[in-house]
Amino acid sequence: MAPVVLSVREISRSFGGLVAVDGLSLDVTEGEIHAVIGPNGAGKTTLISLLSGELQPERGEVTFSGRNVTALPAHARARLGMARSFQITSLMLDMSVLDNVMLAVQARDSGAWRFWADARRQADLVEPAFAALDRVGLAARAAEQARILSHGEHRQLEIAVALATGPTLLLLDEPMAGMGAEETRRMISLLSSLNREMPMLLVEHDMDAVFTLASRITVLVNGRAVASGPPEQIRNDEAVRRAYLGEEEL
Amino acid sequence: MDWSLLVIQLLNGLQLGVLLFLLASGLTLIFGIMDFVNLAHGSLYMVGAYFCATLTHLTGSFVLAIALALPATALVGLAVEVIVVRHLYTRDHLDHVLATFGLILCFDAAVHYLWGPEGMAIPLPAVLDSQTELLGGIVFPTFRLLIIATGLVIAAGLWLVMTRTRIGMLVRAGASNRRMVAALGINIEILFALVFAVGAALAGLAGMLISPITEASIGMGNEIIIIAFVVIIIGGIGSIKGAFIAALAVGLIDTMGRAFLDTLMKLVMSNQNAETAAPALSAMMIYILMAGILAFRPQGLFPPRGR
Amino acid sequence: MALLLLALLPVWVAWANTPFHLDLASRLMILAIAAVSLNLILGHGGMISFGHAAYLGIGAYCVGIPAYYGIHDGYLQFLLAIACSAAFALVTGLICLRTRGVYFIMITMAFSQMVFFAFVSIEEYGGDDGLVIDMRSRFAGLGNIENATTLYYFIFASLLASLYLVHRIMRSRFGMVIEGIRGNERRMQAIGYNTFRYRLACYVIAGALCGYAGALLGNFTNFISPEMMDWTASGELIFMVVLGGTGSLTGSVLGAAAFVLLEEWLSAVTIYWHFLFGALLITVVLFARNGMAGMIDRLGRRAWRRSS
Repeated sequence: MAPVVLSVREISRSFGGLVAVDGLSLDVTEGEIHAVIGPNGAGKTTLISLLSGELQPERGEVTFSGRNVTALPAHARARLGMARSFQITSLMLDMSVLDNVMLAVQARDSGAWRFWADARRQADLVEPAFAALDRVGLAARAAEQARILSHGEHRQLEIAVALATGPTLLLLDEPMAGMGAEETRRMISLLSSLNREMPMLLVEHDMDAVFTLASRITVLVNGRAVASGPPEQIRNDEAVRRAYLGEEEL
Repeated sequence: MDWSLLVIQLLNGLQLGVLLFLLASGLTLIFGIMDFVNLAHGSLYMVGAYFCATLTHLTGSFVLAIALALPATALVGLAVEVIVVRHLYTRDHLDHVLATFGLILCFDAAVHYLWGPEGMAIPLPAVLDSQTELLGGIVFPTFRLLIIATGLVIAAGLWLVMTRTRIGMLVRAGASNRRMVAALGINIEILFALVFAVGAALAGLAGMLISPITEASIGMGNEIIIIAFVVIIIGGIGSIKGAFIAALAVGLIDTMGRAFLDTLMKLVMSNQNAETAAPALSAMMIYILMAGILAFRPQGLFPPRGR
Repeated sequence: MALLLLALLPVWVAWANTPFHLDLASRLMILAIAAVSLNLILGHGGMISFGHAAYLGIGAYCVGIPAYYGIHDGYLQFLLAIACSAAFALVTGLICLRTRGVYFIMITMAFSQMVFFAFVSIEEYGGDDGLVIDMRSRFAGLGNIENATTLYYFIFASLLASLYLVHRIMRSRFGMVIEGIRGNERRMQAIGYNTFRYRLACYVIAGALCGYAGALLGNFTNFISPEMMDWTASGELIFMVVLGGTGSLTGSVLGAAAFVLLEEWLSAVTIYWHFLFGALLITVVLFARNGMAGMIDRLGRRAWRRSS
């Protein structure tokens, strides 16, 4: 079996009385796309936040690249190579598209403790940033202010920013949210091409996308994994059908 | 150390504490419910004091003057809310700060115009302008005791209103979750205006109570408002209970620090050093207290839930 | 253009014999440096500090206290001003920057009040009454700034240097990060920035620059008192920045200029000029949110449209 990149053991997190994630364990191995699906309120976004370090679990352990990162804050995990995208587009909207990606490039090495030289003229920032934009098909829009992009382009930029940090793992929180059919198709092909380079944990509602992309699917209900396995198995799992998929056509 | 002096300073601290509470309770509610930063709260404190001074001279009765000045100050507060503040609820804090800073300038100049540059003393009736003998032969000004009593009564009253009445419940609900109140179908505009006016009256009352001791003067609110800010930061913005505890703590620490810090410091250092350092240090004490508390609890002692 | 005017002002003053204008312009430029430094954290960093005048005071006392002991070495005084302001910013920033929103506003205000009261209560350095500086800073090998025109050019050069400095910083990698944090701090953390450290660094730089302005102010007025770091003075600095337009470099200078000139003009009209000032402030907030820079921008765009 391929080596494990991210390993989650028995993590729990509650808000007030509500248990959002309840003793969940899962792995992401090298080269795979591990999709997490589940009805609304199943704890998917909480899971992403727990993994990326925005929230700390009350119990359990998160191991990334063989290192226990449970207590690390978001920025420290990002520097270890974990990159996430946000369900609701989260960008620096007042800056240019290129700036957004350059910021991510800068974050890679020692940070941005340089106070004098003009950042926007530095090839070691601009070139990787352009490369990331090119990758998601936004190179032509580099000079635009991020705010004026379309929704679909915002989603692409989300991915470019995540990519530009040079990650070894992508955590994607509903990358297709609110996209049209054509945009979704493009995103699917982008993600599958990126998958050649890095594993992903994908939270997604679009079942077509999930079953096209995922090599493994975990079904989350009320913060717990009710089933986990390859797409074929999940598709035919009676318990899953009953608990979550219901009438939905697969 | 002289015990009677200690008791007297404790009472002085308590008196400062309840005055701070009167100011801070309005501030903290306005913050908590409307998320509005009101720097001009101190101006209402000043306006209350001037109203009371003029009315005392007109009616010849301090008590009657207070009874009339309270609604008058509330009206001024209401006017401020309707004319300026109301339009700013949806803006960011920077706008609040700037506009209310502008209000301070306006209020100070207006008071200067109406009452002249000199301060105004408020004569007390003979009953109040006396000394009361407490247990153990300690003598303390009657009026200061009255301030403490008034403050405590109002604190108790506020607590009752907040915990036992429907309007109090709404206000508390608003402090922890603004959207909920809107969802309940309450007329937010009226609730906000009401809270603002009550806050103004409380601030005005604090000004009326202090002026017989210090006299009403221009800019009198600008110093104490910062201490009131310290109080609500320590107490947790939006929390009446926090404001009460923090107000008393700040009042006591500030007063006791100024009174006894040099004596204490003389125990560990030379007289001369203590006399230089103690005033500076005691002036800084409440800020150090604030910094210390925030270092551990960035949201203050009693942060309202749901934020 | 405005800078050219400022550069030539002393010539005109000498010709027209109105030294008063030189004073006015000197004060204006010092406050402009302070406003530029505040703009660094307020406009670019999105941190509403209501205690910025404290650095003016700290800087000024770093000139005044050595002078009180007969030390007039300008290098030492200015270095001290920068170092003390930076240190104060570092210590208070460690606490302030842990908080958000209203808490941040009030905490910065409270800390500046703390410095204010500390200096009020130190009798040795004049307390409430302030401290007279009998001799301005001397710069060994370069001369002194006793002469009003020399001081003027010294301040002018300082302003130019500060503008260039802030301009460079905001275009650097660091500046981009500060701008990014203002735009979306959560995302910046997700990318891998320890945003707290960047904000703290920005806070310290702004404090140090304002401390420098304070040292200039001490030299200019020859007299320092706690008054200059009262929280209302911090409010005035914010007013300048907002009047000029937050986040705009020239805006801060324009704002400071507008503020000083308005103050001068209104106070000549009526002794109740604070009322007009306050009303103006409220009007600006209610109706002209982007400040003068925004207004000029809009007017410029309108003129451009008309001409094309």
